[in-house]
Amino acid sequence: MPAPIIKIDAISKSFGAFKVLDGLSMQVMPGEKLALIGPSGSGKTTILRILMTLERIDAGHIQIEGEQLYHMERNGQLLPADERHLTKMRQKIGMVFQLFNLFPHKSVLDNVTLAPMLTKGTPRAAAEKRAFELLDMVGMADKAKNMPAQLSGGQKQRVAIARALALSPKIMLFDEVTSALDPELVNEVLNVMRRLAAETDMTMLLVTHEMGFAHDFADRVLFFDGGKIVEEGKPDEIFSHPKQERTQSFLKKIIAAGHRV
Amino acid sequence: MTAWAGYIELILEGAVVTIKLTLMGSVLALVVAFIAGLGRLSRFFAVRALATAYIEFFRGTSIFVQLFWVYFVLPLFGITLTPLQAGVLGLGLNVGAYAAEVVRGAVQSIGKEQYEACTALNLGRWQGMRHVILPQAFLVMLPTFGNNAIELLKATSIVSLISLADLTFQAQVVRSQTGNTMVPFTTILVIYFALAMLITWGIRRLERRLSRGLDGVRA
Repeated sequence: MPAPIIKIDAISKSFGAFKVLDGLSMQVMPGEKLALIGPSGSGKTTILRILMTLERIDAGHIQIEGEQLYHMERNGQLLPADERHLTKMRQKIGMVFQLFNLFPHKSVLDNVTLAPMLTKGTPRAAAEKRAFELLDMVGMADKAKNMPAQLSGGQKQRVAIARALALSPKIMLFDEVTSALDPELVNEVLNVMRRLAAETDMTMLLVTHEMGFAHDFADRVLFFDGGKIVEEGKPDEIFSHPKQERTQSFLKKIIAAGHRV
Repeated sequence: MTAWAGYIELILEGAVVTIKLTLMGSVLALVVAFIAGLGRLSRFFAVRALATAYIEFFRGTSIFVQLFWVYFVLPLFGITLTPLQAGVLGLGLNVGAYAAEVVRGAVQSIGKEQYEACTALNLGRWQGMRHVILPQAFLVMLPTFGNNAIELLKATSIVSLISLADLTFQAQVVRSQTGNTMVPFTTILVIYFALAMLITWGIRRLERRLSRGLDGVRA
């Protein structure tokens, strides 16, 4: 059995008095597509943000490809990671945000080429070539010269996906990437992600309220509540035969709210 | 008539000095503003303290006294400046203190999500600042920078007190030689106003150019 690409070991995280994660442990295998579902405040987005180093953990350990994320091993001791170590570890991870977070003052093309040119020293010509390939894949190559403000939400999100892919991460984190979109624009983003899942061996973690998509997309579904994994399993098991009472009532509420399963 | 031609020349020479002072003072103010403004956002306490001390001191004391201090007291420490150097230094440091707060405020006005995108794309702190945050923040700074530049332009008139022959100084010369107060002072009033309008116009143009595309309108 291959080693897990992500190994989370008893991590805790509080925001003030509110403990979002309490001794959470989980593992993700290379190439696995994981859907994290659950009510808001259950800690699922916090896990993605912790993996992207946007939030620090209060306790516990995380390993990416067997290497500590928040710690450095020095002479057999674990020390808190410095910026250099974090920079090295972040190369393995990319993230797509709910609100796209594109750079409004840069064209679509420049949004995609900026990070490879700055962080990897990729020459402009090579960065642009790669950017066009990625923009083509997400169906946005013809908008390369446009500014983000000229795009619809779905288009912005597809550019944001291309931008994250430009750094060739091994792990991609998708944080409610369709929640801010008008309903008719959701599918164009989901289609891109379907293709990505089918055509690459990237490890993907997806926080979503699109249960139908989670069902099709994921190899494994984790149901979160109160900062803990209440139930996990194959999509069919979770969505068709949830064992836990809390999972059942959550899914019932989601269906009542009009989300497809 | 020939006498008046000479006086007009005096005033124009004064205008050149005023413009020079404004330009050089603005450049110094801009540089100082970015250093002190970003310094206030530093991770390091010593840098923050130094930047804060500079800003509060120069905002909290009179520009008039600052200029006199630079021109008359600094020589006591062995640093003698020409009136122009003293003028540029005094004006630049004073207005730079105000503009530093503009820089800090503008940088802080950029949303958290832009910083998070920088982290997610693995940009270093300075890379993110330079390529993502500052270009957006600069647009926020511009209108207030325009105000600062106009303040600086008007404050240049105090350099006449350290014998620099700017607009105000030359108007005084004309007044004392002709005994006419209305013509010279009205003339420089109009010139100051025209220069201020020029600054306003320039800033507005720059603003329009830099904001192109940001609002979704293809320009």
